[in-house]
Amino acid sequence: MDIHEHQAKDLLKRFGMPVPDGGIAFAPEQAMHEARKLGFPVVVKAQVHAGGRGAAGGVKLCQSEAEVSAFASSLLGRNLMTKQTDANGKPVHRLLVEQATDIGKELYLGLVLDRKSERIMIVASREGGMEIEDLAEEQPDALIRMVIDPAVGLAPFQSRELAFKLGMAGAQVAQFATILRACYRAFRDQDATMVEINPLVITGSGDLVALDAKMSFDTNALFRRPEVAALRDPGQEDPREDAAAEHGLSYVGLEGDIGCIINGAGLAMATMDMIQLAGGQPANFLDIGGGASAERVVAAFRTVLSDPNVSVILVNIFAGINRCDWVAAGVVQAYRELNLSLPVVVRLAGTNVEEGRRIITQSGLPLLSADTLAEAAATAVAARPRMAA
Amino acid sequence: MTILIDENTRVIVQGMSGRIGKFHAEDMIKHGTNVVGGVTPGRGGETVLDRPIFNTVKEAVEAVGAEASLVFVPPPGAADAIMEAAEAGLKFAVCVTDGIPSQDMMRVKRFLRRFPAARKMRFIGPNCAGIISPGKGFMGIMPPAIYLPGRVGIVGRSGTLGYEAASQMKALGIGVSTSVGIGGDPINGSSFRDILELFENDPDTDAVMMIGEIGGPQEAEAAAYARDHMSKPVVAYIAGLSAPKGRKMGHAGAIISAFGESAQEKVEILSAAGITVAPTPSAMGETIARVLGVRQAA
Repeated sequence: MDIHEHQAKDLLKRFGMPVPDGGIAFAPEQAMHEARKLGFPVVVKAQVHAGGRGAAGGVKLCQSEAEVSAFASSLLGRNLMTKQTDANGKPVHRLLVEQATDIGKELYLGLVLDRKSERIMIVASREGGMEIEDLAEEQPDALIRMVIDPAVGLAPFQSRELAFKLGMAGAQVAQFATILRACYRAFRDQDATMVEINPLVITGSGDLVALDAKMSFDTNALFRRPEVAALRDPGQEDPREDAAAEHGLSYVGLEGDIGCIINGAGLAMATMDMIQLAGGQPANFLDIGGGASAERVVAAFRTVLSDPNVSVILVNIFAGINRCDWVAAGVVQAYRELNLSLPVVVRLAGTNVEEGRRIITQSGLPLLSADTLAEAAATAVAARPRMAA
Repeated sequence: MTILIDENTRVIVQGMSGRIGKFHAEDMIKHGTNVVGGVTPGRGGETVLDRPIFNTVKEAVEAVGAEASLVFVPPPGAADAIMEAAEAGLKFAVCVTDGIPSQDMMRVKRFLRRFPAARKMRFIGPNCAGIISPGKGFMGIMPPAIYLPGRVGIVGRSGTLGYEAASQMKALGIGVSTSVGIGGDPINGSSFRDILELFENDPDTDAVMMIGEIGGPQEAEAAAYARDHMSKPVVAYIAGLSAPKGRKMGHAGAIISAFGESAQEKVEILSAAGITVAPTPSAMGETIARVLGVRQAA
C-alpha cells in the first residue's frame, strides 16, 4: 500500500527525520494561506501516488501568492499523468506547500525488503534526484548496498560507514545517522516494504534534509497498523480493485478484451499466458481465492464486466479447496442475474468436477465448455466477436 | 523413499481444533497420513478426530513423538507457531496460511538459523498448498486424487498450477514421487534450490518439474544449482508472460520489481542453464514426458 509524500514526511518526522516546513492544501485559498505562513519562495507539489511529478508539471517553485493560486487552481481536480502512471494519470486532490530548500547536493537513500538476503537492505548513492531504476541501469557501481540483521537492528558503525562512503564529513555524519535510524525504525515499526528519500539533500549551509519521501507498506500487516491503514487514499487506486477486494477477490485490470475468472494466482497467470499464446489478450487478472461460494463467483462476473472492453469471459477452475459444483452454480446464477449475452467459456477440473459439469450442461444456457487449459484459451480467443474487416 | 513425508511420518496439525484445520486433517487421515495429534493452546486434553490435542508443540513431541507439523494458524499468530515448532525439535513444518507479514517471516528465517544443522527444522511455505507423496501421505490442502504415484518430483509456488501439472502428467501416465508447494510469498521457508537438492538426492525421483512465476531471485538461483550440481533432468515453466511490471499478481511475491524478475528473463536464465522450459502452461506434462523419453501418442 502506498501513501502520499506529505504523509510519509509526517510519519518519518516523528522518528526524527529533518523535513522542510510545510502544510497540506485541498483548495487554492488554503495553498495561499500555507504559503503566506511559510514565506516566499515556496514549492507547491501535487500529491499523487506516482513518481516523475516534476517532469510532468506537478511541482513548481512559486514566488508570490498569485503564482501559488494560479498553479493550485490549474492542478486541483485534474489528473496528473507521469511516466509512472497510465494514460489516465492520477487525480490531484491535495497539494503540499513547502518552504523552498537551498539545494547544495542531492543524494539517494532507500530501504527495501530484499528478497535475496531476506532482510531489510539499505541502498544509497551519491547520485540523487534520478529514478533508482535508471541509476541501477546506468551507474550500477554508484549504488552502495548494506543489509540489516533483524536480530541486532541497524548498527551505528553501519551508519558511519555509509556516511563516509557518501562523502560526508563533520556534523553531517551524526545527522546522517539520525536520518538512517529514522528510516529504519519507521520501516520496522510500521511494517513498511519500502522507504525512499530521493533526493536526500545537503543544503547550501551543509545540513541534511529529506526533500522528497516515499513509503510503501505490507498489506498483510495492516491488521496491526491501524494508523498506517488510515493513511490509505482510495482515490489513488483502481476502484475496481477495491470493489473486488471487498468480495475476497484479487483483481488487476489490464488492456485486453478476454475477461478472466480463475482460482489461484499461478493458474490465473498461466491462463493469461495461454490466452496470449493463442493470439488473444487478457482483460484482467482475477483470483477468486479458496472456498468460493456462488455469490463470490457472481461478484467476480460483476467485477470483470465493469471493464467495458471485455467481449468474452473465460472461467478456469482447478478445484482443490474450491468445489466445481459451487462455482458452476455461481456461473449459472451470474449468467441469469446479469442477463449476459457475451460468450462465456467454462473449464472445470478437480473436486466435484462431474457435478459441476452437470450443472453447466443442465442449465440450458449457451455456455462453452472446455476440458483442458489449452482448449479453454483457444475457445475464448475464437469466441471473440469479429472486428469489422 | 520420496522426500520429506511418507506413510510413517508422525504428523501433528497446529490449529486442528479450528474448522479449517479439522477439515483438512480429516482429509489427510483419510488418505493415509499418520496424523498423531494436534496443538491448540488452551485446548489441551481435548480430542479431535480421535486424536489428542496438546497445549504446546513440546507436549506433542513428548507424548506422541511428533516429527512434522502442518500449521493452520491465522496470520497474526502463524510466525510464532512456526518458531514454536522449530524450538520443540520438529524436523519439518509446512505452513498453509496466506497473509503473514513479511517482517514476521524475516524473523522466522533468522530464528531458524540459531539451530545447528542437525536439529534445524526444514520449513515449507507459507501461502502454499502443502506437500504430498501420492499414496503415502500429505500435509496440506491439495486434492490427492489428481496425483498418480510415480517418479517425478514437482516443486512450485502456486497450488492450482501445481494441480494443473500433476493432472497433465497423470493424463500421460506419469506419476509423482513428491509434490512440494513452496508458496507465493516474497520470503519463504524453502526455496526452489533447497527442494531441487532434496530431489537430486532422492533415489525415488528421476526428474523434476519446477513451476516458477514472476518476481524474486529464486528461479535464477535454482537454475545455477541445477546447472552445477544436478544429474537429473529439470523441466520448468514460468507463469506471468503477460503480467505487467510493478503490479502484484495475486501472490504477495508475484511482482516484477527488479531486473531478471520477468517471466521472459527467467525463461532465458533457465534455458541458458540447460533446463528445458515448457513453451506453454498446457505443455508441462508433454514436456516432462519428452524429457523422460516415455512420450505416448498424444
